[in-house]
Amino acid sequence: MAGNNNSRTMRINLKVWRQKNQNTEGRLVDYALDNVSPDMSFLEMFDVLNEKLVAQNDEPVAFAHDCREGICGSCAMVIDGEPHGPQTGTTTCQLHMRTFSDGDTIVVEPFRAKAFPVVKDLVTNRTALDRIQAAGGYVSVATGNAPDGNAIPIAKEIADMAMDAAACIQCGACVAACRNGSAMLFVSAKVSQFSLLPQGQAERERRVSRMVWQMDEEDFGSCTNMGSCAAACPKEIKVENIARMNREFGRAMIFGRDRKQTAED
Amino acid sequence: MSQGILRYLGSTMGRKYIMAISGLVWTLFVLTHMLGNLLIFASADAYNFYAYKLTSNPLIYVAEAALVVFIGMHAATGIGLRMRNSRTKPNLYAVTPKSAKGASVTSKSMIWSGTITLVFLILHLITFKFGAYYETTVDGILMRDIHKLVVECFSQTGYVVWYGVCLVLVGMHLYHGVASSFQTLGINHPKFNNAIKGFGWAYSIVVALGFLAVPFYVFFVKG
Ligand code: HEM
Ligand code: FES
Repeated sequence: MAGNNNSRTMRINLKVWRQKNQNTEGRLVDYALDNVSPDMSFLEMFDVLNEKLVAQNDEPVAFAHDCREGICGSCAMVIDGEPHGPQTGTTTCQLHMRTFSDGDTIVVEPFRAKAFPVVKDLVTNRTALDRIQAAGGYVSVATGNAPDGNAIPIAKEIADMAMDAAACIQCGACVAACRNGSAMLFVSAKVSQFSLLPQGQAERERRVSRMVWQMDEEDFGSCTNMGSCAAACPKEIKVENIARMNREFGRAMIFGRDRKQTAED
Repeated sequence: MSQGILRYLGSTMGRKYIMAISGLVWTLFVLTHMLGNLLIFASADAYNFYAYKLTSNPLIYVAEAALVVFIGMHAATGIGLRMRNSRTKPNLYAVTPKSAKGASVTSKSMIWSGTITLVFLILHLITFKFGAYYETTVDGILMRDIHKLVVECFSQTGYVVWYGVCLVLVGMHLYHGVASSFQTLGINHPKFNNAIKGFGWAYSIVVALGFLAVPFYVFFVKG
């Protein structure tokens, strides 16, 4: 039909990673979608693909998603080699098809790292990040009621840095982007958000040490300062945080009061 | 106490401190070595006399031992981390991104620029330090004529090409390495980050060009 509606839709060729489960080999499978609206989000395009697959009695593509508004960090996909796709500071759910052109071929793969085993298709198990967080990413004091806004004076610049670090949604894109499979950007954001603030001081050394032990235990790689992580981060967490963690860890190593105990537990 | 420290140094982050500190020691060494080499532009005697002064100081043995230990630690740790990282990231993607989500050529190739540097280093010591021993007299002192050997080597096209390629790789290693080691040691501030990067780039280019100046001078001007 030569209608004006049609001129607004796109044809998209997809190469999507299909993998039955953790123990089977996966491979890229070709799909073609006509009538993709430029206003669809990337995930909505996958919804359309899945409806089509279900109608054909084929297995739909498994992909993780929840909030679809850029805050939960579920929607992990690598689009043309880039975690969360080509747009900076954007999660996959917030990426729109207008970013692509009619007739494009898009390769979609799961996040890849030893620490993120593929569960199925594009779904990966990223609970290793939870375990790092649980190892030290907290403040263990009774919190009581929310304190008065300005009861503890904190310089605006410091508060801003802590807030920027706390913007991490734990999606794992940093690990996915890193050629070493390193989780340094994630861990450093979590370390920074506490170490910058007065409430985080008491457990400062123990926190960074335990989180790093856990990071190594989970088989994340080491950082070589390539910077792909920060470029891929949908929340634009900066590598300054990694430098801060380097300082925190060095401080714990040299001055840590409970260094020996921390090292042993 | 020491047990605690060892656990820290053995972690992936601790091993990076070792990389950065040993790398920086060699970074300083290559600069001084390069500056010493430039004495060839002064005169053959100045060049020989500098080498004589350097090697006749007993402290040279301490310095040499330290350099061997540091390069050994740097290479062993670097290879170890690289092997670990191949395990923690077994597969890359079907498409390599061209944006900043990819990585720079120099940062991706550290293991190769480093390994070839090590091979070069060993052959370099065999060629010069343990190479042909000519003698000369400067100011009445009998000393090694290292200048003669240098001119001999750099008059051969093949040797100049090999030396040139290796020095470009050393420069590439430093191009990423110098700024990277600041970050590893936690030296990072929004105000200074561009200056640190610029310093690393300038440093690597100056070192590489300084080293390359010698063979080009010998081959094209002297030869
Ligand atoms: C002239 C000798 C050398 C100098 C001046 C040098 C300098 C450096 C510097 C400054 C770094 C950055 C460290 C950091 O990111 O914190 C580095 C990293 C590295 N070097 Fe070297 N290096 C030399 C030789 C070697 C050799 C012989 C090898 C290996 C056989 C090697 C392998 C590596 C690797 C793999 C890295 C990256 C490590 C990482 O980022 O985790 N280097 N080097
Ligand atoms: S689905 Fe929640 S961030 Fe994308």
